Amino acid sequence: MGMITDKVAIVGMGCTKFGELWDKNVDDLITEATFEACEDAGVELKDVEAAWLGTVFSGHTALSLSYPLKLQYIPVTRVENMCATGTEALRGAAYAVAAGACNIALAVGVEKLKDTGWTGVQPSNVVGRTTMGTTATELELSPPALFAQLAMRYFHQYNLPTERGKMLLAEIAVKNHHNGSLNPKAHYQNKLSVEQVMKAPIVAPPLGVLDCCGVSDGAAAAIVTRADMAKSFRNDPIYIKSMAISVGPSRDPVSQEYDFAHVEENARASAQAYAEAGITNPRAELSVAEVHDCFTIHEMTVYEDLGWSKRGRAKDDIEAATFTLKGELPVNTDGGLKCFGHPLGASGLRMQYEVYKQLQEKAGPRQVRNPRLGLTHNLGGSVWGGIACICVTGNELHKGS
Amino acid sequence: MVGITSFEAYIPAYRLSRDEISRAWGTKNEISRAWGTKSIGGERAVAKHDEDSLTMAVAATLGCMKKGVQQADGLFFASTTSPYKEKQAAAIIAAAVDLPKESRAVDFTDSLRGATIAMNSAVDAVKSGTAENIIVAASDCRMGAGKSQFEPLFGEGAVALAIGATDVIATIERSHSVFSEMLDMWRLEGDSFIHSWEERFVINEGYMNSMHTVISQIMEKHNATPKDFSKVVFYGPETRSHTGLARRLGFDLEMQVQNPLFDSIGNMGTAALPMMLVAALDEAKPGDLILVANYGDGGDAFILKVTENIGKFRGSQKINERLEKKMYINYETYLNWRDLVPIQEPSRPESPTPSIPCLWRESKSVLAFYGKKCNKCGTAQYPPQRVCIKCQSKDDFGDYKFSDKKGSIFTYTLDFLTPSRESPAVIGTVDFEGGGRVMCEVTECEHSKIKIGMPVEMCFRKVGQKGGIRTYFWKAKPIS
Repeated sequence: MGMITDKVAIVGMGCTKFGELWDKNVDDLITEATFEACEDAGVELKDVEAAWLGTVFSGHTALSLSYPLKLQYIPVTRVENMCATGTEALRGAAYAVAAGACNIALAVGVEKLKDTGWTGVQPSNVVGRTTMGTTATELELSPPALFAQLAMRYFHQYNLPTERGKMLLAEIAVKNHHNGSLNPKAHYQNKLSVEQVMKAPIVAPPLGVLDCCGVSDGAAAAIVTRADMAKSFRNDPIYIKSMAISVGPSRDPVSQEYDFAHVEENARASAQAYAEAGITNPRAELSVAEVHDCFTIHEMTVYEDLGWSKRGRAKDDIEAATFTLKGELPVNTDGGLKCFGHPLGASGLRMQYEVYKQLQEKAGPRQVRNPRLGLTHNLGGSVWGGIACICVTGNELHKGS
Repeated sequence: MVGITSFEAYIPAYRLSRDEISRAWGTKNEISRAWGTKSIGGERAVAKHDEDSLTMAVAATLGCMKKGVQQADGLFFASTTSPYKEKQAAAIIAAAVDLPKESRAVDFTDSLRGATIAMNSAVDAVKSGTAENIIVAASDCRMGAGKSQFEPLFGEGAVALAIGATDVIATIERSHSVFSEMLDMWRLEGDSFIHSWEERFVINEGYMNSMHTVISQIMEKHNATPKDFSKVVFYGPETRSHTGLARRLGFDLEMQVQNPLFDSIGNMGTAALPMMLVAALDEAKPGDLILVANYGDGGDAFILKVTENIGKFRGSQKINERLEKKMYINYETYLNWRDLVPIQEPSRPESPTPSIPCLWRESKSVLAFYGKKCNKCGTAQYPPQRVCIKCQSKDDFGDYKFSDKKGSIFTYTLDFLTPSRESPAVIGTVDFEGGGRVMCEVTECEHSKIKIGMPVEMCFRKVGQKGGIRTYFWKAKPIS
């Protein structure tokens, strides 16, 4: 058993509707998510002893959290790990509780992207670099173009003709939109057909616009406490079984060793997380998973990176509907980044929100059967040098798999 | 004896046909033709949007160094279109081609005759012993206004000539110069397009007189007559005045006079005469006597004698062969590349403004494209690292230059979102022979042509202009 296993429980969570929230500002989103989490946990804001804010663009410093919530001189930390920021906020709060630094901690993730007018987020040349002081000669690669290169090479390595590969990716988009259409909080409420996805305008070949996740506004929040105190808040707390983060050594695609057909950080983080949680057969033991489907190709490689499908064989599982709502291991039951939307700093906590609800069997029409263990997987940065975060949670204390 | 020791021409890959320009301006119909703006036929070379005089000079200089003089101690840049009004371009070129810091870097700007002025200075420096090998790089991207005679006439290109005293290909037997004061063609600060006075005046009183004077005088001094020369290479503003001058001086147009390349490239400004000289040297035989004359604010003339070394130097591509590789663009693309029409940029986060200390600090990796090679495990890596990507040893590297390494495309895509003059931008991950990987833009690659495994080489290109700073970096391009 690892360091954090069964030491921390999530006793309350909140999540705003994601989408184009033109009439709401960052403070509105933080307030709504936090108060929903507090209400869910049955605590008041004044009970919170320490807080973590995760945001990439929508705030600076701890004041971006303390100000809207009027937190009363407690320790507050702002964290940032690109698209993995939300999980990073939860990690900060959970480890503080595990370390005994506090008993009740708050983690909030927020992003307000739609006010920028951008089509997508910043070029990957800024990832891992300071924006103050640059030669301005770095490649301005859009995020889809980055993941498109993963798709190109994946298709090449596993001999998938482009049309075949695109069809498999389309199945992922269709699945996630189906799930999201059952979720009133998801950014998009529409179902898609394979044909629609495949015929969508190309953004970076082979990826089309419907292979890309939504650019959204939203916030999510969690209240964490000591596992031994959890039942005093609620009957159905969710226990953290493991938290892993794996950060790649390469900011630039420097090494020829990387095959562009997987994400090494995903594999490393999941191995750590399974070991800590005592999971030996993740495909069988996990009841539900929320993974980082920023682009359909990434969800496809995640199936393999996280050990659910054999290398190069994700296509078999896509064809077998393994990861659909009624499948063997339902993935992205809430719609995922693809359909629920991707406000960067909020996404990691949004994933946890869904797993939390699933483990409490409160996921309504999306509910998976007999849930015991759930996983979130959140990737920040790029495919050759990323920040992969995995959090495994369960609804029973002192019970691994 | 001092002379030319190496040369290389750079002609951009793109062509704009003059009929296409006429099509755009509606001057193909008979009524328009009557007004004299009809196509003069042929085509002009067009520098891509990521090229300018400086990048073309880098390409020519690198070729010149590869073919002949391995190490130069001077870089003279001649152009009327240097990217900065105040700031030396020669220093950027010298840094990009990786000359030693002790080299002499000089710009010869503002005169169409810049290339030959620079050649004279290089010859003087070598003769006086202050330099051993100087590369004169002439390059221009001049623009004529839409519908002007210059827009179809001008072409773009660059030439690098090495001047030295060993392994000379063509000795410079004599030189002679005159100056003349006349506003025949000019641009003021801030002008994008060339101004000129009425053609009949500037050709007859300017070009014809200056060139007649300088050529007659050098022949007189050398006791030479027109028939002594195997080849005569002289600048011409356009075909009619060029042939007119040849006739007036008594040269045989068919046998002696070097074609000015207007049909295939266009008038290349400061690079025009050097390009003609390269074309002449492509065909020259040992012992040939070549008369060379350039025009612009007066005239420079040279008498060159081709040596036995020309035989050894051959084997590289001739201008004629070089001209065979080309891609045609339409007039709208030309307007876009020259930034002559406003373009809707994709709505993307703003690109960062370059920091001068950053560019200065990373000059060796940005301009000369140096990475590192680990002394322990031998892994080549770009950008330069402090800790090895493979074995994690610290500061145990040798410098490793990637600019001359060939590579192949490992994976790629087309980026429809990133701002680019040619959306979508072609993006490739390049694996280099000998190790190392870089993700970069792939230029001069048709969208349908890129594929995994495609061989590429690196080229120096303009990558941005922001905050008054023009930035340059390396891109891959298909090896043709």
